[in-house]
Amino acid sequence: MSSMQPNIKISCKHVWQLFGKNPKRFLQKHDYEPSFAQINEAGLIGAVRDVSFDVYEREILMIMGLSGSGKSTMLRCITQLLNPTAGEIIFDDVDLTKMPKKELMEVRRHKMGMVFQHFGLLPQRTVLENIAFPLEIQGIDQETRIKKARELVDVVGLTGRESYFPRELSGGQQQRVGIARSLAVEPDVWFLDEPFSALDPLIRKEMQDEFLRLQQMLHKSIVFVTHDFDEAVRLGDRIAIMKDGALVQIGTAEELVMSPADEYVEKFVTNAPRAKLISVRSVMGARLKTKPSASVNADAMLEDIAQQVMLSSKAHGVVDASGELVGSINKEQLVKVLF
Amino acid sequence: MTKLERTQEQQDYRQRALLHLGVAAFIIIAGMLAKGQFAWVAKYPRKWTIPLKNWIADFFEKLVYETKFFEGKAYEFVPTDVTRGFVSVMEYPLSFAENLFFKGFQDGAPMPWITFVGLAFILGHWVAGWRVSLIVGGAFLYLALFSVWQPSMDTFSLVIITVPFVFIIGLFLGIWISKSQRAEAVFTPMFDLMQSMPPFAYMVPIVVMYGIGDVPAMIATAVFAIPPVARCVALGLKTVPDNVVEAGKMMGASDRQMLWQVLVPTARKTIVVGLNQGIMQTLAMVVLASTIGASGLGSKLLNSLQKLNLGEALEQGLAIVVIAVALDRISAAYAARPPEYIDKSLSWVKRHPYLVIAGMFTIVSILLSFMFPALRVLPDEMTVTTAPMWNAGIDWVNANLYESVQGFRNFVLIDVLIPIKTFFLAIPWPTFVGLIALLGYRMGGWKLALIVTLLILFPLTVGLWKQTMITVYMIGTASLVCIILGFPIGLLASKSERASRVVILMCDFFQTFPSFIYLIPVIMLFKVSDISAIIAVLAFALVPMIRYTNLGLRNVPEGTREAAVQLGASPWQRLIKVELPIALPEIMLGINQVIFMALFMVAITALIGTQDLGNEINRAKSGNHTGKALVAGFCIAFLGIIADRIITAWTRERKSKLGLT
Repeated sequence: MSSMQPNIKISCKHVWQLFGKNPKRFLQKHDYEPSFAQINEAGLIGAVRDVSFDVYEREILMIMGLSGSGKSTMLRCITQLLNPTAGEIIFDDVDLTKMPKKELMEVRRHKMGMVFQHFGLLPQRTVLENIAFPLEIQGIDQETRIKKARELVDVVGLTGRESYFPRELSGGQQQRVGIARSLAVEPDVWFLDEPFSALDPLIRKEMQDEFLRLQQMLHKSIVFVTHDFDEAVRLGDRIAIMKDGALVQIGTAEELVMSPADEYVEKFVTNAPRAKLISVRSVMGARLKTKPSASVNADAMLEDIAQQVMLSSKAHGVVDASGELVGSINKEQLVKVLF
Repeated sequence: MTKLERTQEQQDYRQRALLHLGVAAFIIIAGMLAKGQFAWVAKYPRKWTIPLKNWIADFFEKLVYETKFFEGKAYEFVPTDVTRGFVSVMEYPLSFAENLFFKGFQDGAPMPWITFVGLAFILGHWVAGWRVSLIVGGAFLYLALFSVWQPSMDTFSLVIITVPFVFIIGLFLGIWISKSQRAEAVFTPMFDLMQSMPPFAYMVPIVVMYGIGDVPAMIATAVFAIPPVARCVALGLKTVPDNVVEAGKMMGASDRQMLWQVLVPTARKTIVVGLNQGIMQTLAMVVLASTIGASGLGSKLLNSLQKLNLGEALEQGLAIVVIAVALDRISAAYAARPPEYIDKSLSWVKRHPYLVIAGMFTIVSILLSFMFPALRVLPDEMTVTTAPMWNAGIDWVNANLYESVQGFRNFVLIDVLIPIKTFFLAIPWPTFVGLIALLGYRMGGWKLALIVTLLILFPLTVGLWKQTMITVYMIGTASLVCIILGFPIGLLASKSERASRVVILMCDFFQTFPSFIYLIPVIMLFKVSDISAIIAVLAFALVPMIRYTNLGLRNVPEGTREAAVQLGASPWQRLIKVELPIALPEIMLGINQVIFMALFMVAITALIGTQDLGNEINRAKSGNHTGKALVAGFCIAFLGIIADRIITAWTRERKSKLGLT
C-alpha cells in the first residue's frame, strides 16, 4: 500500500448488534457503553459490541475470529442483512442504516456482491441461470444477461458446465458458481462470508489462489470473513480480529505479529509464518557507523534475506527504495524475531 | 459399596411423579365416594347444560330464512342467493369437465376412453419414465375394462376441477402463514380444527347453505383438503436455506421477486408434496361427499353398501383405489422430478416432444374412434365385471365362517367390550375432567392444563357427555389394539429390509383405500355392533402405528446401536434399553396419528349404527340439524386436539431431553 492516505470505501462507526428484548432501550440506558457483564445480566446476547473500522478502496480486509466471535454478524450489519441495533455504516458517504428500503435495494443490485459459505445457489436453476440471476432481478434482457453469464463462466473456469444443476457439481465448483454470480453485476464491494470453509483443504488452497488471481484482475474493495488465521494472512491486506463481539485488533499481518494487542491475538500469531510476514524494516537496528559491505532492502521480507544474513558473520546494511541507508540487520536480530 | 446416589434432578422427578400419582388417586377416590353422595357428580345435571346446538341451529335458521340484505329495495337479496349463485357459477367448469370426460357436449360424444388412457400413458412417461407410465396408464385401462368407466370419470371430473381451487387457496394461505406470525397464530388452530372435525359434521351447514349436489360436495372437500396443502407450502417456504434467502436479498430482490423467483422455486419439492396431499385428500373426500350428493364412484359405492350388494361395492371401492394410486404416483413422481435442462436454441417441436406426441395421439385416436365406436365407448359385452366372483366369495364366507365368527364376536362383545364400555360410562365426570387436567399439567404445565380442561368441559356443558364417553371408549379400545398389533409389525419391518419393503407397500395400499371400504368385510362378518365399528377403525388406523414404529426404530443413530452391540448387549436388551427410549417420541407421534384416524373413522362407522358422537352427527345429518351436527363435530375435534396437545407436549420435552431436536 502506498504511503498516501487511502480512500475509505466503507466506514463502520460504533456498530452494535444485540439480540434479545428491547436492545435499543437497553443501549440508551447504558449510554451506549454497557459492559459485557451488564449485557449478559440483562439476558441479551452481544453479537457485535461497539465495532468501528474502515474498509479502504481496493483492499482486502479480513474479518477473523472463532465461531461465535460475531464476525459473520458484523458482515451482515455492513450489508444490512441485519439492521444493527446502533451505529453507522457509511458506504460511499451515505449511511446505509438509515437508507430507505428501495434505495438499499438499488445499492445491492448495482454495488454489492456477496459469496456465502454454503453457496446459496438456487437448486432448480442451471449454472448459467444461477449466474445470470442477479441480472434477471435487475430486469436486464435475457440475451444480455446470458452473454454476461457466459463470460463469467469462463472467468471462473466452469466452461462446458453451463447447463449443469448445482446438485451435479462438487463443493468447489458450486462455490465457483457462487463467485461468478456475485461478480455478475460488477459490484464495487465484494463480500465473502467464509467462502472456502466448507471445502476440502486441497480445494480450499486452489480456490484461494483463484481468489487472488481474480482480485488482481478486478481490484475490488473486499470484506472477507474467515475463521482460519492462515487464510487471513495469506489473502488479506489487513486483518481485523474479533472476539466475543468486540474488535480486538486491526492491522496488517506484520503489525499483528510484531505487536499483538493481547494474549488472544498472540495465540493466533505464534504459529504464523513469521519469516514471510515480517519485513526487514520492522526488525532492523540503527545505522552502522561504518559503511557495510553488503546491504538488503528495507521492504524485503525476512524470508527473502534470511539466508544471506545468516551466512554472513557481519551485519548487513538496510537501504530503502531510493537506495538510502536507513539501518542495519544482523544474525542475532534475525534469530530473536524468527524463533 | 455405597448405594447408588441419585442426582438432585432424579430425586425431584421422582417426587413430582409420586405427588401426581397421589393427586390422581385422590381424584379417583373422591370421585367414587362423591358419586354415591351427590347426584350431580354421577350425572351432569341437565339444567346446567348450554343449549349451544339450538343457538347454532337458530343462527342458521335466521341466516337462511329471515335475513335479507337491502330489504325492500329492488336489489334485495337473501344469503342463500349468494351461496346458490356461487353454486351455479361453479357448475360451469364442472359440467365442462363432465361433458369432456363422460357425458359428451350437446349431441357430441365425450372424449374416447382410448384417448384418455393413451394420454395417461404419455403423461406418466413424461413425468417419470416407463414405470410410472405403466402404473398410471394401466390404472385407467383397468377402469375402462372393468365396467366402471363412467362413474370413475364422474369422480375424476370432480377431482380435477376441485384440486386447482384447493391448491391455489392452499398456496396463498401457506404463503401468508409463512410470512406473518399473526396469520400463523390464527390459522394453525383453525387448521387443527378443520382437520380433526369429522367431515360429516360440517357437511350439514354446507347443505343448508349450498344445497345438495356436486358443488356443495366440492366446498366440503375444500374445507378438508386445504389445510394440508397450506401447511406444506408454509413448511416449504420456511425451510428455504437462510443463505439462499440472503443471496436473494443481496441481489436486491424486491419482495415479489423474492417470493416468486427465489422462495417458491426453491421450495418447489415440498410445495408439490402439498399438492399430492391435496389430491389424495380431495379424492378421499369426494367419496365421502357422496352422502351430500356428489355423483360418481362414491355414490355408487354408498348405494351398493346400502343394498348390501357387497360384490359391487368392492368393485367400486377398488376403482377408487386404482384412481388414488394413479393420481398419487404421478403427483409424487412430479414432486421428486429433478429440473431438466432445455436447450432454448432448439425448435419448438424439439423442445416439446411430449406435447407433440400427445397432440398427434389425440388426433389419431379421435379419428380412429369414429371408425371403431368401441374405442369411444366400450360396449358392455367387452368389459369384465368381477362382482359375481366377489359375491360368490362372500357367500362362501357366510356359509362356512359365519358360525365360528359368531362365537368370537359374542365372546369379544360380551366379555371384553361391554365391560370396558360400562367401566368408561361409570367414571364420574369430575374424575375424568380432573384426570385430563392433571395429565395436561404434568405434560405441559398450567397453560396446557387450562386448554385441555376447557376442551373436555365442552362436551359436558353442551350435554353430550355420554356420547363422548362412548366415543372415548371406542377410540381408546381401537387405539390400544392398534398399538398392540402395530408395534410388533413395525418392529419386524425395522429389522429387515425385505420385511420393511413389504410392510411399507401394504401401508401405502391400505392408506389409499377409501374409508367406506373398511365397512364392507366388517358388516359381512360381524353385523352391526360395536365390534364392527372398532374393527373398521382398527383396519383404518393401524397404518400410522406401523409406519412410525418402523421409522422411529430406524432413526436410532447407527453409532448408538453399534455401541450397544460392542458392549455385548443382547438383542432384547438393545431394544429395551437403547433403541426403544430413543424411538419412543417418534412412536408417540404414530399413536397421535392413530387417534386422529380413529376419530375420523368413528364418524364414518356411524353409517352402520353406533351410539357415539358419530351417530349424533349422522342423525343430525338426516334431519339437517346444523346445531347438533356442529356441536357433536366439535366434541370429536376437541377429543382429537386434547390427545394431540398432550402427546406433542410430551414428545417435545422427550426429544429435547434426548437432544434430538
